[in-house]
Formats: sequence, structure tokens, C-alpha cells
Amino acid sequence: MSDRLSIVIVEKDRDRAIQIVDALKAADDYDILVIGEESGLARHIAARSPDIVLIDIDNPSRDTLEELALASGPMDRPVAMFVSGSAGGLAQTAIEAGVSAYVVDGLKPERVKPVLDAAIARFQMFRRMRNELAETKRALAERKVIDRAKGLLMKARGIGEEEAYALLRRTAMDQGRRVADVAEALVTASGLLS
Amino acid sequence: MKTVTLSVAYIPLVDAAPLIVAQEMGFAEAEGLSLDLIRAPSWSSVRDMLSFGRVDAAHILSPVPVAVSLGLGGAATPLSAVMVLSVNGSSICVNKTLATSMREAGFAFGFDYPFAAGKALAAASGGKPIRFGVPFPFSMHFELVRYWLDAVGAFQPDSITIRTIPPAMMSDALAAGDIDAFCVGEPWGSMAVENGFGEMLLPSTAIWKRAPEKVLAVRTDWAETEPHLLGRLMRAVWSAARWLGDPESLITAAEILSRRPYLDVPADIIDRSLGGVMTISDKGEQRRVPAFIDFFNGAANFPWRSQAAWIGERLARRASLDPAFAAQNARQAFRSDLYRSALKPLGALLPAASEKVEGAILERTPAAAETGRLFLEPDGFFDGQTYDPSAQHTEKQ
Repeated sequence: MSDRLSIVIVEKDRDRAIQIVDALKAADDYDILVIGEESGLARHIAARSPDIVLIDIDNPSRDTLEELALASGPMDRPVAMFVSGSAGGLAQTAIEAGVSAYVVDGLKPERVKPVLDAAIARFQMFRRMRNELAETKRALAERKVIDRAKGLLMKARGIGEEEAYALLRRTAMDQGRRVADVAEALVTASGLLS
Repeated sequence: MKTVTLSVAYIPLVDAAPLIVAQEMGFAEAEGLSLDLIRAPSWSSVRDMLSFGRVDAAHILSPVPVAVSLGLGGAATPLSAVMVLSVNGSSICVNKTLATSMREAGFAFGFDYPFAAGKALAAASGGKPIRFGVPFPFSMHFELVRYWLDAVGAFQPDSITIRTIPPAMMSDALAAGDIDAFCVGEPWGSMAVENGFGEMLLPSTAIWKRAPEKVLAVRTDWAETEPHLLGRLMRAVWSAARWLGDPESLITAAEILSRRPYLDVPADIIDRSLGGVMTISDKGEQRRVPAFIDFFNGAANFPWRSQAAWIGERLARRASLDPAFAAQNARQAFRSDLYRSALKPLGALLPAASEKVEGAILERTPAAAETGRLFLEPDGFFDGQTYDPSAQHTEKQ
């Protein structure tokens, strides 16, 4: 029997899956399987009988894996969320990063640690990218609203673009609000009045 | 009193109402609390967020703290169910094909005939396996489906498979043919009916009239280090439950729950379960169900240790653990002691005992209470069995 740890990664997004696989392979020589299909997930995993399962904590299919906690036969290996003694902190970091790991009963923490470390780093990066994307989207949406508000002011008051923006900014400062919020209020109000 | 913010994880379901109402209707504020309600994607993430201290409290399936006490699933952090948030409130739905066959064979989808419903389902399946969806392996839904099908006795042992599907995905799984039937909390049964994917066969009350469905859970060590905060949280949630128990609150409650940050489904769908008038098919047939979901009446919030023991024994059988040991451990997970001490100051009706023979109350019955006049609601199992927690292995199976 090979001594290599066998790992299953549950991930629908192909790019993300590849990145996780790469990160794990860089850490050690693991036997890795990626499952993207969510139907029959518990059955597929049970058939493979891996040492470790990694899954995004926000993936609702994760609940299916809980069935694995109930080993139904002598050949089945019970699987548990990874927590034991000093490893508790690691599990917490994993959860904060957005990955949950199911680990076969009896596997030594020192064998699990490099796997989780690699996965955690990768998931932290995903999370950062997701936050950045959300931030960019929000900034873009705000810019649009500000542009519309400027347009409304220019038309209503017969002023130029720079002056319109200055007016928005001054109002925001006077009221202790954000320019985008003032712009939003103006656009909403003008929608109601027209 | 300085306002303290507590984070509470929940799954968007009608039975999360006591927590949502506590925050929205000012019951939390009255206790100097602000609830940061965190909508979770799955039951395992609710449990893990609680175990690892990401949240202070959680809306969770009643069997989960019991399962944790038996070492089944999740981290080993002990959890305490400090009060019951809701009793009953789930339904069993079957796909259109099965529903049509059952109707053709003369079954009229009466809600009061669980034996006949089970037999009609077995006949309609024509001996083919039936795949049931439930929201979590450790759920009242799993236990009720299993209890019902075993007691009906019309199915071959391997003809039923029970799969885990998160609540919000249940209706689509039925439509996609991944499952043939399911048991789930509202609004997802009604959503499947509304979308024309399935028909409602039975309310969960048809199997067990008084099943603890969701509980308010905290980490046991948090309960010990923060008894005052916990007491405030419990009093806020209990006040919200009392408000929900008043029929005049239902329209407002449905309106609040239907909002986008919470359930994000139309209020009239939520009205059905809150008011106990279920629409069972896309032809608009209705069934009236007393106590379809109960948030308050009959000491609904009291965490009976006998119910924890019942859950513990059933989980133990599935996991090949010793049932007597499991029942004993399970009892410790339902904290009737904390319930008494936190809610006595509010005048909550407190039963004199913390255990009862489950299934023995056939009609509304006065019961001994610490204070006030307490009536317990019927709690029968549909097959007439009872569960006496003081005697081990009293169940037939």
C-alpha cells in the first residue's frame, strides 16, 4: 500500500480546483481527486475512501458529507471535522479562511497540517480576490451613480461638470455623508419627482 | 444597560422567526442586546461557526447538540440547547408522478391518515426504491421519516434511501429527479407545491404531534462564563416567541420574515405555515393543521430532557452506540436547568418535571408547574407508542 495521503477536493469551479491541486502538490506528493459533480457526493467519496476531504465552507453540499460521520460498516472509516488537541487552532484558521476539512479518524495531526496549511493559504487568497472583486464592483456602481447625479445637477442648474462635482462634495462634507450617498439620494429623489 | 451585540447564526426558514422577531420587534433591545443575525449556507456551517466561536449562539436542528454530545459529526466542543425555538413545522412532499399514482389508486391526501398515506406511497412506488431528501443526517426530519416508514411497515428494508439536501435546494432536487420525496421545514414544502414540483402528503404533526424542531444553542463553556448575557438572550427570544404565539401577530411576522435579508419568499407562502392552513397541490386544495408550527403554547420552549433522550437513543442505534449511554449523554445537552433559571423572572410557565413519558398525552392536559396554570398539548406518536425515558429499551423496535 502506498503511504501517500489521498485527498478529495470538492470544487465545482475548475480554475479554483486547479489552484488548490497545484498548491497541495507543491507541498508534497499527494494522491488527489477533484469532484465537481455534487449529486451523489457522499457516495462518490465513500467509494474513494480518502484520508482527507477539502470543501468550501460556503458550499451547501457540505451537509451531504456529514453522512460520512456515521460509518455504517466495519470497512467504513469514520470521518470527522479536523479538531484534536493542539490542532484546534488550525481548524479555526481553516474555518475563517473558508475551507472545511474532513479527516479520517486516527490520522496524525502532523500529517494533516501541511495539507491544511496549503489549503488555507489558497482559500485565503480566494477570499481576498472575492473581496477585491466585490470592492471593485461597488466602486464601479458608485461611480455610475455619481456621474448620473452630476448630469442631473448640470442640467438643473446649468453648471459645468467640475462645478457639479464640487457641489456634491461640499454637500457631502456639510452633512457628514459620503459623496456616493448624496449622489444616490439625489438620483432617487429626482426619479420620484419626474 | 449598555447594548451588547451578540452574533447568531441561522438558516433562512420560517422557524428562525423567534430570533428574527427578537431583533426586528425590539425584544432584544429591551434586554440591552443587538442581534447580529448571520445567514448560513448549511447546517454544518451553523454548527461549526458555533463550535469555533465565530458566533455566540445559533438556530439549529434539535438533534445536532445531541449528536455532538455523542461525538457524531463536527468538532467535539460541547453544545447546550438552552431552549426550544419551535415545535413541529415540517412537511412530507412527494413528486408529481408518485402523487398522481396515489390519487389514481384512490388516496385522497387526507392529512390525518399517516398509515394509509404510507401504504399508498408504497403501492405507488411499485416496489421501486424511494429516495427521500432530508436537510441533515442529524435532524428531526430524518428521524420522523424513518419512524413513519418503519411503523407503516409496507416497505422492504433496502427500498428507502435517505439523502441529505440543504433546505433551500430541496424543491429543485425534487424537480431535477435527484429525490422522489422529501421532509423539510417551511417554506420549502410550500415552495415545491407552489412551483408545481410536488404535492404535500403529510404534515410532520401527523407522525409525532409534538416534536422539538429547532433549538437555541450555545457553547456549554460560553453558557458557564456568560450566564448573564445568556439569560438576556433567552429572555429576548422567549418574549419574541410569546409574541409569535399570539394569532394577531401572524400577518406582521410573515411580512418581516419575507424580507430580503431573511427568507426572501412571498409573505403569503409564509402565512400558510404560520396560520396552519396548508396548500397541498397546485390545484389549490387546502388542509387545516392545528399547531402546524408552534412557537409558544403548551410550554413549547421548554427543553424536555426526555426528548433529548429519545433523540439520543435513535442516533445511537444508527451509529451502533450503546442506547442507554447515549440517552444519558443526550439529556445533558438539553438544558432545562438553564431554562428554569433564566425564564423564571419573566413568569414563564415551568413544568415541575424535566422529563415526561413522550407520546402519552392524548389531549390537552393540565400539568404540575412551578408557578401558574400549565396545560400540555397532545404529544402522541401516530402508532400509539410511548417512550418512557426512565425505562430503557421500551420501544418495540
